[in-house]
Amino acid sequence: MGRDVILATQGLTMEFKGFRAVNNVALEVERGTIHALIGPNGAGKTTCFNLLTKFLQPTAGSIRYKDRDITGLKPADVARLGLVRSFQISAVFPHFTVMENVRIALQRRRHGDSFDFWRAEKCLRVLNAEALELVEAVGLSDFASTLAVELSYGRKRALEIATTLALDPEMLLLDEPMAGMGHEDVDRTAELIRRVSKARTILMVEHNLSVVASLSDRITVLARGQVLAEGDYATVSKDPRVVEAYIGAGHA
Amino acid sequence: MADTAALDAAPIAASLPENRDDKALQRKIFVGLAVLLIVAPTVLYPVYLMKVLCFALFALAFNLLLGYGGLLSFGHAAYFGMASYLSAYSAKVLGLTPELAILTGTATAALLGLVFGALAIRRQGIYFSMITLALAQMAFFFALQAKFTGGEDGIQAVPRGALFGAFRLDDDRAMYALVAVVFFLGMLAIYRIIHSPFGQVLKAIRDNESRAISLGYRVNQYKLAVFVLSATLAGLAGSTKAIVFQLASLTDVHWSMSGEVVLMTLVGGMGTVFGPIVGALVIVSMETYLAQFGAWVTVIQGCVFVLCVLLFREGVVGLIARTLHKPL
Repeated sequence: MGRDVILATQGLTMEFKGFRAVNNVALEVERGTIHALIGPNGAGKTTCFNLLTKFLQPTAGSIRYKDRDITGLKPADVARLGLVRSFQISAVFPHFTVMENVRIALQRRRHGDSFDFWRAEKCLRVLNAEALELVEAVGLSDFASTLAVELSYGRKRALEIATTLALDPEMLLLDEPMAGMGHEDVDRTAELIRRVSKARTILMVEHNLSVVASLSDRITVLARGQVLAEGDYATVSKDPRVVEAYIGAGHA
Repeated sequence: MADTAALDAAPIAASLPENRDDKALQRKIFVGLAVLLIVAPTVLYPVYLMKVLCFALFALAFNLLLGYGGLLSFGHAAYFGMASYLSAYSAKVLGLTPELAILTGTATAALLGLVFGALAIRRQGIYFSMITLALAQMAFFFALQAKFTGGEDGIQAVPRGALFGAFRLDDDRAMYALVAVVFFLGMLAIYRIIHSPFGQVLKAIRDNESRAISLGYRVNQYKLAVFVLSATLAGLAGSTKAIVFQLASLTDVHWSMSGEVVLMTLVGGMGTVFGPIVGALVIVSMETYLAQFGAWVTVIQGCVFVLCVLLFREGVVGLIARTLHKPL
């Protein structure tokens, strides 16, 4: 086959008190691609994300990442393997400055577990330059010393991406990176995702279909917890079942 | 970062304020406190001051956990009280010198914090608080039943002894000097913990736990670490208090002691560096100078607490910090 799969699931299932939010999902993400996960509301996309990053423990099925079974790992350990997620609701550290937000991620990657409670935080200054580079890369240089809580929504999302990139992850899972963004922010973020995807694999959930169309190499459509269709945008968008799932779900 | 585009890494690093002014202000406050510690016993009653200092250290330790770790323990009396018992016991029965007695008590609190903390951090929010309370109640009943604690009588007439076997502490001024040093070092230690790489991770976890996990931090290990540090320092305060007042009693392990330290921290300002000191000063002073009103002290304290929550939720120091736009 020659396909280089970085992340694969088999029979992935999540049951909440009899309700199967994710049902027997087999997903294969190829290394170096941008893979989108789409589907109507309640299709199980976010649950799927939580399963892949181990924030939820699947009730059945297995997850393999880089040929290693990660089904039993803890979320922090999944992150350490280079599989890092973002969140639907912008996840920043509100009382940290923009620079410190990025630096806390760098600190984990460069210093490991920082249990050194006897050292002054001055020793973290060596990370400032690199943190600021990342802040600049997402266009937030002017806000480097602003508290994250004071940023606009779009800028928080950009900051979140910078923080995620600070871990230099091999694979990124982006949960609705464009949600709630204005037009300019969407274009800027799409450009950013394209840029960072060069050396990485990206799996993203996104509702903005034009973004999905222009960014993704491959698309998996979920509906009612199951895989409905898979392929490139042209194939998927012509699939009658997909059209029905979207229109039938009242999305028109 | 191979792909972060063309970076003209301008000297932004140099232009960042880096909170230098804030740090300088805090340093000045430390110097001011040191001066106050030296001057105070010439004006005020040393025993009252020692009580304030012991409780201030207790509240500082508690605030490390609540204000910076985001964990509300409702059983900190266990560490304060058990340390106080062990300190009193080693000084009276085992005949240890005061510094060794204090160390024994502190070590006990550390160990207890490790065991209780490991159990409590498995749950979050209110459940965490309830577990700490339940475990502290167990410590209380242990203190009530065990032989060495003296039950209802406690351990009385604990000798203050001689520091390092050389300096007698019977004189209140000598004792005060030791308490002031212990307090000051404890406060510096807490300041350092808050402003360390470890402290930075703690604040991140407090601000957004799931994000911290997604960055690869194993948050439970940090919670346990800060729990043990807080219990240890609370134990240091309790051990010292036992030597000062030559007494360890059930009051020290009672749940109302756990409540009192919450009160001090909230009145002074949770999550501020200096707030708990002010809180301890306010609460201990009320107990001391309003003692003539008997049981009404509790009512007055309650009113102060309600007013504090209604008027300045961030506490006295929190309010000042907000007015000055500076972290205190």
